[in-house]
Amino acid sequence: MEHIGILEGREKQVFEKKGGIETSDIACETSSLSGSVSQRACVFCGSRVVLYPVADAIHIVHGPIGCAAYTWDIRGAVSSGPELHRLSFSTDLQEMDVIYGGEKKLYLSLIELIEQYKPKAAFIYSTCIVGLIGDDIDAVCKKVAAETGIPVLPVHSEGFKGTKKDGYKAACFALMKLIGTGSTEGISKQSINILGEFNLAGEAWIIRKYYERMGIEVVSTLTGDGRIDAVKRAHGASLNVVQCSGSMTSLAKDMEEKYGIPYIRVSYFGIEDMSKSLYDVALHFPEHPEIMEAAKQVVSEEVKKLYPELQKFKKALTGKKAAIYVGGAFKTFSLIKALRSIGMSVVLAGSQTGNKDDYRRLKEMCDEGTVIVDDSNPVELSKFILEKEADLLIGGVKERPIAFKLGIGFCDHNHERKIPLAGFVGMYNFALEVYQSVMSPVWQFAPRKGGNR
Amino acid sequence: MKHAKTATQNACKLCNPLGACLAFRGIENCVPFLHGSQGCATYIRRYLISHYKEPIDIASSNFHEESAVFGGSHNLQVGLKNVTAQYKPEVIGIATTCLSETIGDDVPMILREYTKTYRNGSPMPIMIHASTPSYQGSHIDGFHAAVRATVETLAEKGERQNLVNMFPNMVSPADLRYLKEIFTDFRLPCMLLPDYSQTMDGGPWGEYHRIPPGGTPASAIANAGKATASIEFTSTLADSKSAAGYLEGAFGVPRHKLSLPIGIKESDKFFDLLETLTEQPRPEKYEDERRRLVDAYADGHKYVFEKKVILYGEEDLVVAMTAFLREIGMTPLLCASGGKSGQLKQRLIELIPDLEEQGIKVREGVDFMDIEDEAKVLKPDFLIGNSKGYTMSRKNNIPLLRIGFPIHDRFGGQRAHHIGYRGTQELFDRIVNTVIEQRQNASSIGYTYM
Repeated sequence: MEHIGILEGREKQVFEKKGGIETSDIACETSSLSGSVSQRACVFCGSRVVLYPVADAIHIVHGPIGCAAYTWDIRGAVSSGPELHRLSFSTDLQEMDVIYGGEKKLYLSLIELIEQYKPKAAFIYSTCIVGLIGDDIDAVCKKVAAETGIPVLPVHSEGFKGTKKDGYKAACFALMKLIGTGSTEGISKQSINILGEFNLAGEAWIIRKYYERMGIEVVSTLTGDGRIDAVKRAHGASLNVVQCSGSMTSLAKDMEEKYGIPYIRVSYFGIEDMSKSLYDVALHFPEHPEIMEAAKQVVSEEVKKLYPELQKFKKALTGKKAAIYVGGAFKTFSLIKALRSIGMSVVLAGSQTGNKDDYRRLKEMCDEGTVIVDDSNPVELSKFILEKEADLLIGGVKERPIAFKLGIGFCDHNHERKIPLAGFVGMYNFALEVYQSVMSPVWQFAPRKGGNR
Repeated sequence: MKHAKTATQNACKLCNPLGACLAFRGIENCVPFLHGSQGCATYIRRYLISHYKEPIDIASSNFHEESAVFGGSHNLQVGLKNVTAQYKPEVIGIATTCLSETIGDDVPMILREYTKTYRNGSPMPIMIHASTPSYQGSHIDGFHAAVRATVETLAEKGERQNLVNMFPNMVSPADLRYLKEIFTDFRLPCMLLPDYSQTMDGGPWGEYHRIPPGGTPASAIANAGKATASIEFTSTLADSKSAAGYLEGAFGVPRHKLSLPIGIKESDKFFDLLETLTEQPRPEKYEDERRRLVDAYADGHKYVFEKKVILYGEEDLVVAMTAFLREIGMTPLLCASGGKSGQLKQRLIELIPDLEEQGIKVREGVDFMDIEDEAKVLKPDFLIGNSKGYTMSRKNNIPLLRIGFPIHDRFGGQRAHHIGYRGTQELFDRIVNTVIEQRQNASSIGYTYM
């Protein structure tokens, strides 16, 4: 087979764990190399991901049609009520708008859409071109807010102005403007906000129930099944519990600074981390030992149900190898543990947007011989999948065809998933999905396995 | 309630660079390259993957702030160098996005500069540049722009050869394979562009392919100027944007413009043309296909007669489907497109001279909210178009027959036939079955013979 090298300029973003030799940090948090076919997206994507599930606001993409068309109803974020987030609105800028400016079109679009849909708020995403032609979207938003009486929030997400992470920040900045504008009356002292949980396939509902069983009030979920009124009163909670840390830690920090609300980082994937996220919240309320008792109760009930179910999968999957390439690095920690609990090892772990701490921790966690990559690309991913003889790839839509072409199983652990993978029940679904993909008899026909000829 | 008109709601189109990327995937050993932000490449990959279920590597020059201020030349050059190193392509298809177009990067000049700097005797990929600003037109314009830019870059002058250029429009990989089969059966050498029949619907890999096998070789495209004829399937493409138009002007290659051959009459025109070009009758196999189709029309005619539909999609597809629907007695209540060539109505009037008297509506530049508003009033029996109409289909309880691109919620969109007798047969069967299923579901008796 042809040797595949690592692209010049990317060597430091790839690391293979060998013999416990102390090495320098993996390079990360840089912009993608031009021409490298990064799996990353752009600033706009970051903002859109974070705010997408807010279901009673309208989301208007200010720019040419592409950005809105490609993000129309693409995520599995579900709502228990209004579903404005599943519509796609764009100012669809044309050449004349680019020449003469798009402010007027944005203004009219906003006024008309707000009239038609009566949303609780509007988010306006500025795309690449808006950053160039210099539309003053702040001024338009201010004017429309004054005229319509609802919050109209600019999200400065011009695609080229940084990375996806800057998009997260822009989205958090918009949320920060809403937080603190609602009444906190009646909020319990034993209360939390769930941050970085997007209610894919109803995951936020699963998590929320666990906390409620512990006697904790969930003030607001940011932004899964999101509601503007709930966001407005989020500052009334006693603790912020941050999942998808890459996207929402900046909001947690801002809320800590402004409202004195501490935050903890958690993950809801796998038995170990799911349990820990309940215990960590309970630990925050030491004056209420009954919360810890309830947490233990929840964990014990759920694990008792789940553990025997997992054994069938474990028996089949023991010794199989997985490759992980996901958006945020924090998720990879949980996935490694979750995979180990069903007998699988991890031969490749990578993320689009991990930071130095994340990668240090990954190095500690991983087995010998595991490859760790930052901001990888299809060529590299394929190289390592083949070299390490992985049986499974965990990633998103863009990674899926790589796995299937090479004849290995795949688990979608990104925003498009339609099956909840968080929580205890999510661990069952995860194991089932991995089992169904890895153990499928179709792989016998893959050329890699001799094509059954 | 009247809906907001200024904003586009649930767009019935995609952006210009998407079409260009797809077309470039139909050239052998070619990597599509977007000169703009990283997100454009990533979103377009995602969107295409969800339909074709194939890996699609699209490189990006990955603009950042300095590039937007000082120009994207540096990023483009570094990007080309990296793509060349990693993919070893024979061709790089460069499409511009709204960003690089607006800052006014002079891409041809940057490419000349790049070639001068990096040539050093080593082989340099052929670079094709298509201008595809997203604020103009839609994905279909980008598709044609890339095809035209490809022949502009590669076609050479020379002695006439026994060769026909075939520009098939944005059809499915299955349609492309069918076209190749037809040309092979006519023993007529053909330069099919683009040909993503294998790159977008190929087999499994034993080893990693930087670029999937398949596509039209650059060397074959070079002969396009020497062909005896060009055939293009389009009814709305302006001459100034057509690859066949360019070859006619620059090399005197006679151009034959046909509508997408959907339905018997339009397919006949295509096969008649092939008979004329080869001076031989069509192979018996296609007579058989045609006979079976005529037979099927007879068997199924009562199910479809005067069934009312709303049809939407790229303008050329809408025109071709209208021709087909009319010959089986169906009524398109509304022919709609997100595209805006300004040609749609005229082309449809040529097909149906009394279009207005019949109350057939034609609308271009629409979004799905516009179509939904119409659907509520027109109450069609079903909708025909891509899978993005599912939202309105579900909401208004009108069945949707999925054709074209994208099909994101059904399996096998890349293997669906649309053109020729074979494609028409498949479409006809599906339409009849849609009607039968509707009747069966509506019946309280539960007939097992329909």
